[in-house]
Amino acid sequence: MLYDSVFVFPNFEVERNYERCIVCKACVQQCTFDATFYLPYRGRVVSKDTNCVGCRRCEAICPTGAIKIRRYQGEFKENAYWTPRDLKDLYKQAEQGGVILTGGGNDRPYPIYWDHILLDACQVTNPSIDPLREPMELRTYLGRKPDRVEIEYNDEGEPELKTRIGPNLVAEVPVIFAPMSYGALNLNMHRAEAAAAKAMGTYWNTGEGGLHRELYPYGDHTIVQVASGRFGVHAEYLQVSAAMEIKIGQGAKPGIGGHLPGGKVDEEISKTRMIPVGSDALSPAPHHDIYSIEDLRQLIYALKEATNYEKPVSVKIAAVHNVAAIASGIARAGADIIVLDGFRGGTGASPAIVRDNVGIPIEMALAAVDQRLRDEGIRNWVSIIAAGGIRNSGDVIKAVALGADAVYIGTAALLAVGCTLCHKCYTGKCAWGITTNDPYIAKRLNPEIAAERLTNLLKAWAHEMKEMLGLMGINAIESLRGNRLRLRAVGLTREEMDILGILPAGA
Amino acid sequence: MSEPLIIDARDMYYRELNQIIRDKVREGVTHFRLLNVNGQRYIGAGLTREVFIEVFGVAGQDLGIFMKGPTIVVYNNAQDCVGNTMEGKKVVVHGMAGDVCGYGMRGGKLHILGDVGYRVGIHMKTYKDMVPVIIVGGKAGDFFGEYMAGGVLILLNLWDNDSRPMVGDYLATGMHGGTIYIRGEVAPYLMGKEVGQVEVTPEDEALLRDLLEDYCRDFSRYGLDPQEILNQPFTKLVPVSSRPYGKVYAY
Repeated sequence: MLYDSVFVFPNFEVERNYERCIVCKACVQQCTFDATFYLPYRGRVVSKDTNCVGCRRCEAICPTGAIKIRRYQGEFKENAYWTPRDLKDLYKQAEQGGVILTGGGNDRPYPIYWDHILLDACQVTNPSIDPLREPMELRTYLGRKPDRVEIEYNDEGEPELKTRIGPNLVAEVPVIFAPMSYGALNLNMHRAEAAAAKAMGTYWNTGEGGLHRELYPYGDHTIVQVASGRFGVHAEYLQVSAAMEIKIGQGAKPGIGGHLPGGKVDEEISKTRMIPVGSDALSPAPHHDIYSIEDLRQLIYALKEATNYEKPVSVKIAAVHNVAAIASGIARAGADIIVLDGFRGGTGASPAIVRDNVGIPIEMALAAVDQRLRDEGIRNWVSIIAAGGIRNSGDVIKAVALGADAVYIGTAALLAVGCTLCHKCYTGKCAWGITTNDPYIAKRLNPEIAAERLTNLLKAWAHEMKEMLGLMGINAIESLRGNRLRLRAVGLTREEMDILGILPAGA
Repeated sequence: MSEPLIIDARDMYYRELNQIIRDKVREGVTHFRLLNVNGQRYIGAGLTREVFIEVFGVAGQDLGIFMKGPTIVVYNNAQDCVGNTMEGKKVVVHGMAGDVCGYGMRGGKLHILGDVGYRVGIHMKTYKDMVPVIIVGGKAGDFFGEYMAGGVLILLNLWDNDSRPMVGDYLATGMHGGTIYIRGEVAPYLMGKEVGQVEVTPEDEALLRDLLEDYCRDFSRYGLDPQEILNQPFTKLVPVSSRPYGKVYAY
């Protein structure tokens, strides 16, 4: 029996080249997980491997390249069924008797449908387009579109639009920063997202922790979230926004609520969430005023009433088995935008067992919802935002072809500012200064530099998307939406292709 | 008080009614009297100016949702979600109110004369000098004060005209802030495990007197007397911990 801490089996080891180490102690100062120590009596920096989370901050910061973080070399007896992760988690629970937490998105080896889908291109007939020389349109309108458009002629005989079109968001790039709350992230990250969204003519989303007053000037580029805890939700918050989003579920943890531990609720977070310093911020699993589609309609219209019908309302749900029927209900409840969050979506904190076992892939959910709304003749009532594991512009283009109007990026945005996917967001100790509100560590994230990196990322993706549209002979992303004929499948079953609505390669 | 703007809401869709109110508030009207209201939703939703709205008839769902400035008096019953996510000022209901009243409320007062439904006062929160108060004159259903994070929730059971218990099951389950005062004794089996009963102090009595005086003023026509209400002892409930779920996790 193990009597000592279960951490006797580390995940990583810190390999130090003492020939190169100049004992500058930068690694000691940078490690937020207490994996690196200076021993004065030996004049050496040493490591406690069991504390290392593999974030690689020390490796990146070491001026002489003396550090390598490696996967721990010690191995359990080979077992194709019980993985080292299973063993370590089990030991930990046997010792502490608690739910194992994690951050980030599902990292298990489930199928990745994006990687089984290939794009079409023009050859000989129907020439491709070079986006460097010809206009290429990525602008996307998000919101309800009328069933038909009526035109009338004014006194001068010029045509004018007679149909009143409801409020729509206008995104110059169909990529929006995903909802990540102030609390899970720090204010520097929110500053960076807001500035980058404004610079690129797109949007960012507050998540459920309210909007810091400093960022009200970015309201035109801000989607504000209303979640079950109603943190920081008030009339002014709604009125300053570009759109409002009712968060029903999250891909990383469908059907459960959230706990921002009281330890993370400092003065500024307290101000923005409007709760006392140090108190737990508990988000109930459901909204207790929403137990049905009719109740959802009630909250959607409450938001519209509170903002004079001037802003679109979005409803975000996790991709689950009945997602198509639920989405139809949401569209009929009066939402202008539906966000589908797939099971790869990230989180600041979730029970690992939920993150790893619940939900369905966004590719399937998206295709099913788009098809269902088309079949019912109500696809124009809502725009669809696909979220949960969008890794690159190829995923974006495939998502659009499967029926998305736009995508959310969360994990990708964090990667752009230094995240290395160590999945320790829930500890509040992020050594890269992203998912921490410790003022000392949060300083590592410079909001101007982070904004520039986010802007660079969107610029790069926008350019790549234009290239991909061009090679398909398409000059506007509108023309690709739901255009599944431009997709082909490799290595998928008949049923999978039927749900995705795509043909096998060669057909 | 200024001369009220009278609106006959008979056969009027809620959207039209609320649009008129919003437009008139913008024009500077501060006193409204709505007649023949019959379940129109969202009255007062998101209004931030200090206006006075009198409602004759049954107010619909989400009365006063997100609002900050208005005082609304309903001379009848109100449906579900009165004062949902409300930020300030007051709603007075001369009758019963439905489920989920005061959900996520963070300021202002909700004075209900009669009974309320399920899940009332859940997830109320306090922030600095914003302390929401709900006073229910009658009985309450299950999950009263669930997830409560702040504020004051008072249940009076003044009328007791049927055999139902004054409060339902799962009282204050998940509570992690604020205070609940219930007039009379509450069986422990009704309480959530995150809540504990403590002694009513002189400070509590002073607070109760203060709040009940305001409550009785609003319902003066029914001859309520704060002292008479206070004569029966109150049960005070507070959370056991501000972090009820802090030990659920393994690190």
